[in-house]
Amino acid sequence: MYKYDQYDQQMVDTRVEEFRDQVRRRLDGSLTEDQFRPLRLQNGLYLQLHAYMLRVAVPYGTLNSQQMTLLGDIADKYDRGYGHFTTRQNIQYNWIKLEETPDILADLATVEMHAIQTSGNCIRNISSDQYAGAAADEIVDPRPYAELLRQWSSFHPEFLTLPRKFKIAVIASETDRAAMKLHDIGIQMVRNAAGEIGARFFVGGGMGRTPMIGPMIRDFVPLDQLVTYCEACLRVYNRYGRRDNKYKARIKILVHELGKDEYTRQVEEEFAHLLTQDIEPPLAELERIKAHFVDPPFEAGASDDLDLSDPDFRLWVERNCAPHKQAGYIVATVSLKPVGGIPGDATSDQIRLMAKLARDYSFDELRVTHAQNIVFPHVRKADLYAVWKALDEAGLGTANLDMVGDIIACPGLDYCSLANARSIPVAQKISERFGSAEKQAEIGELKLKISGCINACGHHHAGHIGILGVDKKGTENYQLLFGGSEGADTSLGQITGPGFDEEGIVAAVETTTNVYLRERQQGERFLDTYRRIGMAPFKEALYG
Amino acid sequence: MKIVTGNDLKTGAVVWWDGEGWSKYVNSAADVGAGGEAIIAREEGARRVFAAYVIDGERNADGVRPSHIKERIRALGPTVRMDLSLKPGDPDASNWVI
Amino acid sequence: MVEVQFRFRDDEIAGDPAVTVDAFLTQTNATAVRIEPGDDARALLPFLERLQLIEVSFPAWTDGRGYSSARVLREAGYQGELRAVGDVVIDMLSHLRRCGFDAFAPEHGLNEADAQAAFERWDNVYQATGDGRAAIWAKRHG
Repeated sequence: MYKYDQYDQQMVDTRVEEFRDQVRRRLDGSLTEDQFRPLRLQNGLYLQLHAYMLRVAVPYGTLNSQQMTLLGDIADKYDRGYGHFTTRQNIQYNWIKLEETPDILADLATVEMHAIQTSGNCIRNISSDQYAGAAADEIVDPRPYAELLRQWSSFHPEFLTLPRKFKIAVIASETDRAAMKLHDIGIQMVRNAAGEIGARFFVGGGMGRTPMIGPMIRDFVPLDQLVTYCEACLRVYNRYGRRDNKYKARIKILVHELGKDEYTRQVEEEFAHLLTQDIEPPLAELERIKAHFVDPPFEAGASDDLDLSDPDFRLWVERNCAPHKQAGYIVATVSLKPVGGIPGDATSDQIRLMAKLARDYSFDELRVTHAQNIVFPHVRKADLYAVWKALDEAGLGTANLDMVGDIIACPGLDYCSLANARSIPVAQKISERFGSAEKQAEIGELKLKISGCINACGHHHAGHIGILGVDKKGTENYQLLFGGSEGADTSLGQITGPGFDEEGIVAAVETTTNVYLRERQQGERFLDTYRRIGMAPFKEALYG
Repeated sequence: MKIVTGNDLKTGAVVWWDGEGWSKYVNSAADVGAGGEAIIAREEGARRVFAAYVIDGERNADGVRPSHIKERIRALGPTVRMDLSLKPGDPDASNWVI
Repeated sequence: MVEVQFRFRDDEIAGDPAVTVDAFLTQTNATAVRIEPGDDARALLPFLERLQLIEVSFPAWTDGRGYSSARVLREAGYQGELRAVGDVVIDMLSHLRRCGFDAFAPEHGLNEADAQAAFERWDNVYQATGDGRAAIWAKRHG
């Protein structure tokens, strides 16, 4: 994985000092809260319901064991012994003190980490495929391109005060594991007819209040124009994105209002101009970055055998593991969704244990997934049982990846100052209702996603089943959606009808799965059945 | 009653105006009547709190109850981590929120 | 008129008052213009030769359109003074410089020491923005 050189380290160290200075000026009164808020947000520091919250960047979701260990230590030293892994592949801490924040950033900088641009109206942490570098189906590792864009987007002077936040994802396989088309810019690395690698651009996707699937605006951007093309996309947005209404300020609204063709025309015009400005790093820079992402020293001829005689282990392998490009290796996902647990939360001990296992069994690498789980990307099959045993003993052995218990949930009204309803208790109750392995196995793949408000941090639009918490005259109410998906077949969920209270929404999910079990044909997932039979049979069962 | 709440500038902790200073217990909250904005201007100016605002609530036999669920969660702590709340020993505390 | 607090030029400060873009486009002798966030900086490109001063207005520092306006003008070869005016804050000074601003007239005067520290904050930069500074990638492959 990428290793900082003196320049990268200096940038992060300088940011720590800059933020320390900003905190000093806030505390001595030189900065009012109104002046300070955008500055602290650009450093990932929010005010949430109970305290400050700090979001730490995990660029494209990749971590080493030293970094992961420090994340656990920060939870103990500055927070309350746990952290929350987010749908942006980051981690956030819920009980942070302003006066300690510069020291946290200084600690993070010692392991090449930071909180730069994890919030605010700027280019956010760039997300990617959690299986990058390991997946059997990728054409290249997408992370070097994400790293190139990380550097370009960090402190980009023109784009620190955009109309609204800006999220970029980079993937490199047909199977989209990063919800790429639901980003402000989704980039798919592709190979053209001549065999060259380039970037396909989708612009103007997003969830939130107005969910949209990003249209493709360019089929192929050559690698030596990647930064320039991004700059053109961003400049058109910075100049013409709406600033009169924060709910209409995302690039998806600009692309929608201009029309894809007109937006594309403006980008191409700006792009042609910017090509004359020599802003593109040389390909040698991309090659330098790529050298950091070479394969780890896999053992040639490692055995492909797996002893599956332990039925619990067998279940976990079937549910949570994915094929690796290297014979004898496997990709293993640690579910942070134990039955009845808080999705995405991990204790400091669990975080350090995962770090240790990654060091010992996964070439020192971990990934954070947008589904709020952790991945060991390179586990030798011969070691897999030992890994699972250690995880299971720590409460991390849940076998439910992409099942109904593997719920994405935002922090909701338990933590978040924007939320209208609690998300986590709903997730916990559904998880318990479908707690048995047999029941989940019978239902099969079912992605359930819960947001506590319309901002959609819980990706409810993209859930096979989505749940949206709303405020109904001062009480929590939950709307139900069906048919969302974030993969190569991205689609947006449709609301079923009137909402439910907390007990009602849990029952409604069970009613829904019962209709599915009754109606499904051979081999159909819930999503397939819903797409075939439509809303009517479900509505009938839900509302009678 | 009208209550003033905000967050401690240095720590971010949720605090309630008790008539003389800031308390972390909602039951200490004072009825500020129409004086809320003046208290906020003075206290924010002195950088003791930030993000302060006035909310509605009522005082009953059990103490002070903010009208909106969001403020009751702020007053107690996350309902899914009662061990971290202000009433870690009370298994029924989260019912107060609803 | 708000005073210029920081200036990184040796020439004389232009004497003419800045006019709006609309007024400028109808006055053939104006030498100073003021761009508001919603104005298209490219409307000025045919007239860069005679412009001595372009003020870019920031009614709120969080509205970043002025950064693009500045770069558009510098990329087109504008050599005159480019002045950031209005809600100019310490923490954005170095970023404004990178986009081509060489004069600053904050509506509320900035603390001199904090501002100097901000101008000098970043020894290196990740991007090429046409301000003459070598990007980190250029230094890596110099």
